[in-house]
Amino acid sequence: MSVVDRQEWDVVVVGAGGAGLRAAIEARERGARTAVICKSLFGKAHTVMAEGGIAAAMANANEHDNWQVHFRDTLRGGKFLNQWRMAELHAQEAPDRVWELETWGALFDRTKDGRISQRNFGGHEYPRLAHVGDRTGLELIRTLQQKIVSLQQEDHRETGDYESRLKVFQECTVTRVLKDGSRVSGVFAYERETGRFFVLQAPAVVIATGGIGKSFKVTSNSWEYTGDGHALALLAGAPLLNMEFVQFHPTGMVWPPSVKGILVTESVRGDGGVLRNSEGKRFMFDYVPDVFKEKYAESEEEGDRWYEDPDHNRRPPELLPRDEVARAINSEVKAGRGSPHGGVFLDVSTRMPAEVIKRRLPSMYHQFKELADVDITAEAMEVGPTCHYVMGGIAVDSESAAARGVPGLFAAGEVAGGMHGSNRLGGNSLSDLLVFGRRAGLHAAQYTAGAGAGRPEVDDEQVDAAAAEALRPFSAEGPGDQADHAPENPYTLHQELQQTMNDLVGIIRREGEMEHALEKLAELRVRAWRAGVEGHRQFNPGWHLALDLRNMLLVSECVARAALERTESRGGHTREDHPTMDRAWRNVNLLCAPVEPTDGPAATDPVRGRIALTRETTEPIRPDLLALFEKEELVKYLTEEELYE
Amino acid sequence: MSSYEARFRVWRGDIEGGGLKDFEVEVNDGEVVLDIIHRLQSTQAPDLAVRWNCKAGKCGSCSAEINGRPRLLCMTRMSVFDRAETITVTPLRAFPVIRDLVTDVGFNYQKAREVPAFVPPEGVGPGEYRMFQEDVDRSQEFRKCIECFLCQDTCHVVRDHEENKTAFAGPRFLMRVAELDMHPLDAAEESGLDRGRTAQDEHGLGYCNITKCCTDVCPEGIKITDNALIPLKERAVDRKYDPLVWLGSKIRRRSS
Repeated sequence: MSVVDRQEWDVVVVGAGGAGLRAAIEARERGARTAVICKSLFGKAHTVMAEGGIAAAMANANEHDNWQVHFRDTLRGGKFLNQWRMAELHAQEAPDRVWELETWGALFDRTKDGRISQRNFGGHEYPRLAHVGDRTGLELIRTLQQKIVSLQQEDHRETGDYESRLKVFQECTVTRVLKDGSRVSGVFAYERETGRFFVLQAPAVVIATGGIGKSFKVTSNSWEYTGDGHALALLAGAPLLNMEFVQFHPTGMVWPPSVKGILVTESVRGDGGVLRNSEGKRFMFDYVPDVFKEKYAESEEEGDRWYEDPDHNRRPPELLPRDEVARAINSEVKAGRGSPHGGVFLDVSTRMPAEVIKRRLPSMYHQFKELADVDITAEAMEVGPTCHYVMGGIAVDSESAAARGVPGLFAAGEVAGGMHGSNRLGGNSLSDLLVFGRRAGLHAAQYTAGAGAGRPEVDDEQVDAAAAEALRPFSAEGPGDQADHAPENPYTLHQELQQTMNDLVGIIRREGEMEHALEKLAELRVRAWRAGVEGHRQFNPGWHLALDLRNMLLVSECVARAALERTESRGGHTREDHPTMDRAWRNVNLLCAPVEPTDGPAATDPVRGRIALTRETTEPIRPDLLALFEKEELVKYLTEEELYE
Repeated sequence: MSSYEARFRVWRGDIEGGGLKDFEVEVNDGEVVLDIIHRLQSTQAPDLAVRWNCKAGKCGSCSAEINGRPRLLCMTRMSVFDRAETITVTPLRAFPVIRDLVTDVGFNYQKAREVPAFVPPEGVGPGEYRMFQEDVDRSQEFRKCIECFLCQDTCHVVRDHEENKTAFAGPRFLMRVAELDMHPLDAAEESGLDRGRTAQDEHGLGYCNITKCCTDVCPEGIKITDNALIPLKERAVDRKYDPLVWLGSKIRRRSS
């Protein structure tokens, strides 16, 4: 019989980044008593790292912009594999979500006539990113955090308790979603500070945990990005969609080694930064793919003119979608034309006066100065691709953000799949998490209200199993056993996992390497079973990492299996042995599900692979949305059947 | 790439007590203090507790004291130290320790709740707001705050006098009051809330004697004292002692 502390809530939101906080605000405003649970301190989520801006067709900087153009750009960027209804809702609702932030106190940069300023970004036809210098993510998270506090102040006035209807459980980790039959019944969690276990009982759980980047060695992601939400959903029986699509941001810092991977915002290119190789050549002109040929400048002169006169010139190819730029940089480095530390040069110093750079890119100036001792107003930055974002994620219903197959489970933000197709445009992440964060909170609250008296019960056996699973690292086989049973160091396992994913399932993929990756992952899974920790449960990072390993290994297997299966190159998935986009794959989704029933503890045989893939044909794109494109363009993407229907 | 062995002293312990522990640890070119703490975790002290998140100076999680000075571990390059020097890393002193380098910063979250939220103007719908860059610049500076709480840690009003914590919000939250007070859209005054007065009466602005310690340690370079606290003090004083302002505010409130 379990003696774990329990509390009852209406909606539990796992994750307190942009999507989680927006979901929580909506659920609370719809009358649901809402708990938010997050691994870091409140306000420190990875969202603070977002620099460029929030993509929304508000037409403040170019009156021709509207949601249809934004939709079109998003589908082009995602190479038509987007869940089109999500892309439509996203493009339609993003402006309202940005304006709403202003009513909560956000202070965006302004246009001359006092509206929200909008800047250029890769893949967007018009300047569309609402921004605050290059610290938009911080503004977003802080505004949502302060909105939460304002709701708590309202509750305090009414009930005398700040946390009566909206509470943040900070520095806590969820290790299992609990279920009552097929329905969600709550979550099992531990408090990092004390190591104490607790259960939040609720009919609806919103997963908003972000991404998976900590499975890769070179990444822009924070430590929290260990694929927790992906794994929680998977273990609760919800499938993951198209996990092969992992975005490598073209410009991470490559020097010094300790900051390798940390992001250099795309606004550097949006504001006029150019990419050059070691020969000084502006090489992106050589890498414009056929599908984008008509949309991009053919000469440096035309590209340069575009910054001043975008209506009569085409944009420079530095502003191609991220996958194209990342692959181009990769090719230049491989051809021996890279910078001294294995990247290429990104230069704003020759194109903007120093004071303009400091004003428009203050965080970048600061970051390079402090971390790399480089003055970007005077010299070029060295940059290279870094693992940044996973387009794949929990398969959700486009309207309600409900996860498939598990009533009461919802997902929003990076952890949800489908919105971005095979590649995400910069700026579409912050708008995605606002639009679908709100939708997830709304539908979770409605679902709970509909649950009435028949609220789900928490099953004691599941709680006990979850507690046993979480305590396992403290009783990993001791050194007295045979050598192959000695406890493993979780830090070592993590480093090996990162190296494996980086080397074998990275930016360019090959069949043999991914098969090798799956073997390595299986070995690591066996060893992770013996991950052991020293010390006790109070704020013990070794223990926390040992538990996160389960999630990273599960998610990594999903990525590797799906990447092996998809025999084409599209967006964030590039196969050297299948180098072109194949129209036959246009309407194919790959779904990952666990091989075995998942209700028990993770006591399944660790040697065998744990993930099975199924193919699914996507729903045809609605004709009025297809009509937004020229026929010649569609021919490059759609399958024969789709074209002639 | 060159590497060397550095001498580190790291505080280890919990609320019950603890002390400095010596380590010899490898340092490579281009590393920051947080890299070294991570190396200690993965090689010598797997349960060494430290908060961190972005490792790029943007989230404000890895605040600690390095050789007694409040700093972000991720923004302190090893190259600023002499190779022979012993580097001492200790938790923030103004807050109760939880374990090793992790402290209980709950004080800050409590104070954050006590500052009345932004008040949107009535009758203006989303998308209708107009503000000019020169008007938003002032509050934008304060919104760069990453809530690392180094200013709170170094402020002697709380650092040396635990008993002041009830009455004093600390520089971060007085700056928040200033941010809202200078916010071009904030309609607090119309709703009868005088932010300058609350800074003085409820958040302890009077305790601040502008020694600028907070400004000194701010990793974002925010001029907390000059641009937030002093103007707030001036406003609070103007309000309190200028009879015309006092009368005007009485009349305006009565008529609204």
